[in-house]
Amino acid sequence: MIPFTKVSGIAAPMPAPNIDTDIIMPKQFLKRIDREGLAIGAFHDLRFDETGAERPEFVLNKIPYRSAKFLICGDNFGCGSSREYAVWGLLQLGIRAIIAPSISGIFFGNCEKNGLLAITVPQADVDPLVAHASLPETSEMQIDLHNQTILASSLCVPFEISDTRKQLLLSGADHIQTTLNATDQIRAFEKKQQSHAPWLWAHLAKG
Amino acid sequence: MSLTLYEKLVRQHTVTQLDDEHVLLYVDFHIMNEYTSPQAFAGLHTADRPVWRPQAHLAVVDHVNPTRPIQSLNDIEDEGGRLQIETLSKNCIRHNIQLFDLFDPRQGIEHIVVPENGFAWPGMVIACGDSHTTTYGAFGALGFGIGTSEIEHVLATQTLVYKTLKPMLVQVDGILPIGVTAKDVVMAFVAKVGAAGASGFAVEFAGSTIAALSVEARMTICNMAVEAGARAAVIAPDQKVFDYLDGRPHAPKGADMVAALGNWQTLQSEPGAQFDKVVHLDATMIEPLVTWGTSPDQSVPVTRTIPNPTNDADHRALDYMGLFAGQSLSGLKIDRAFIGSCTNARIEDLRKAAKILKGHQVCSDVTAIVVPGSKDVRRVAEAEGLDAIFRQAGFEWRGSGCSMCLAMNDDIAMAGERCASSTNRNFEGRQGRGVRTHLMSPEMVAAAAVNGAIVDVRKMMETHQ
Repeated sequence: MIPFTKVSGIAAPMPAPNIDTDIIMPKQFLKRIDREGLAIGAFHDLRFDETGAERPEFVLNKIPYRSAKFLICGDNFGCGSSREYAVWGLLQLGIRAIIAPSISGIFFGNCEKNGLLAITVPQADVDPLVAHASLPETSEMQIDLHNQTILASSLCVPFEISDTRKQLLLSGADHIQTTLNATDQIRAFEKKQQSHAPWLWAHLAKG
Repeated sequence: MSLTLYEKLVRQHTVTQLDDEHVLLYVDFHIMNEYTSPQAFAGLHTADRPVWRPQAHLAVVDHVNPTRPIQSLNDIEDEGGRLQIETLSKNCIRHNIQLFDLFDPRQGIEHIVVPENGFAWPGMVIACGDSHTTTYGAFGALGFGIGTSEIEHVLATQTLVYKTLKPMLVQVDGILPIGVTAKDVVMAFVAKVGAAGASGFAVEFAGSTIAALSVEARMTICNMAVEAGARAAVIAPDQKVFDYLDGRPHAPKGADMVAALGNWQTLQSEPGAQFDKVVHLDATMIEPLVTWGTSPDQSVPVTRTIPNPTNDADHRALDYMGLFAGQSLSGLKIDRAFIGSCTNARIEDLRKAAKILKGHQVCSDVTAIVVPGSKDVRRVAEAEGLDAIFRQAGFEWRGSGCSMCLAMNDDIAMAGERCASSTNRNFEGRQGRGVRTHLMSPEMVAAAAVNGAIVDVRKMMETHQ
């Protein structure tokens, strides 16, 4: 996983609520067994028309947002399908952080597993960020995970993040290895469950 | 402190508390499909890690397969989809994981075959790389959707780093009027709280209405709770659930079942348990609902008109749907009718839709298909003669899978077409680029198919009597 420490770049405004993962990564890009080649799929039907031509009115097709690293979004960003392809595609498009008043649960988890920083801040903090992002001359921002701040010209917006998530994102650590370090605790749990709820161990797929 | 059912389920599966809001949660059962699992297995192989507990997983092919009859995988024209099906099979063989592949008589939509084979029980934690895993809440299990990285995490550790949710109570009381279904109850809930209204919450559905529903109807409710942003939905298990499980192939048996029942009967929220949010629904006031927009919370009773837009998103939705405020949905012409999905393709759904269709013909302007949720559902329906009713009415009688709910296979509609659909998401492009989806109950879809337009199903019920 790519670590996230301090990243600077263009922020694109995308304030509509309920942008779902079908929009972020349409179905025609989900027929893979690897994680590659998904940049083209990210927001595909918003970026391109039926003939494959760019839609000039879509924010990520405009200068300077073509090289955006951050998206300032509306409520419930990433709702819908669990497809992690959406997160892979955003990263491949160059997006490193999503800032929104609320981010859908499964998508939020998928972000942190891939080093895409998902930040929730109150709508009152999102609004000035959208305003800054909407003007090309103030759209450059810096996100400092260590200090938990979003800087946009004169603006400094603090954000909350749990220590567990923060450390994993800062280090880019292998989540699975981190959990496997607790192997003894998992085995102990299983032993306890086998004595308290033995039926859970007797009738599953292959007993 | 008194605990809610959700809190009990989390506590009983906590391996260790990681911080104020995260626990390491043990996963009793994990289900995989062909399109969200390949990269998880690939990650496992790259790191050279074994599957922690192979017998705690089941894999099912459902998302990309065609629903027209095929003889072998070679008949699937879509190379990517075929490769995903083949890859799932290889991965399951390599790791000794049970697979219901495309030609297995138990194949079907994962959230339909898991209950019907008795894999989902009260008190379990069940994860799956699909957002509609909330379905298992109908059994008093904690079911939730996960992404591909988390699939890899469960395969390797049998656990997940889990963010605990706040409990929400949705109290539904009263007798549902004739023609109003579980689908309408959950759509009413989603409309009331909004598409993010249950975000960060685990919902518990309770009340006399829920108690009166069948287990299958409760699955419809828990399934679609995710459309309000709920990462989990639970219903306290009762005798109906215990009876449903009794005798199913993978349910506990004998002394194990006796011991399990002793435990399952304790799975309720305790008196005095605190919920962070409480929502009340009066079932007697619910009418058949239809979505008008591109988010599942944008719905109105079929008797009413489309409300005035309140924000840009509403305007955009109306524009995409080709509709305007003040317009009546009743009478709106449709091009397609689809009965299927993990929300509404169980045998009870098919029985109810067939009852509406009996003796009627699908309007000649409408292409109508019914996709039974599983091969088992299909067999039972055929034994009851439901297939004949659907066919005679003019519906295509298909094989099982997710099909046009998300149109990953070749069941896809054309731009501009309007589809009456018993599914769970009316997102832009969900059933095909530019397709206009209207969510409703399977009975309402059947009525729309016959009329060639959206109609209040209760009017057809009156003519039946």
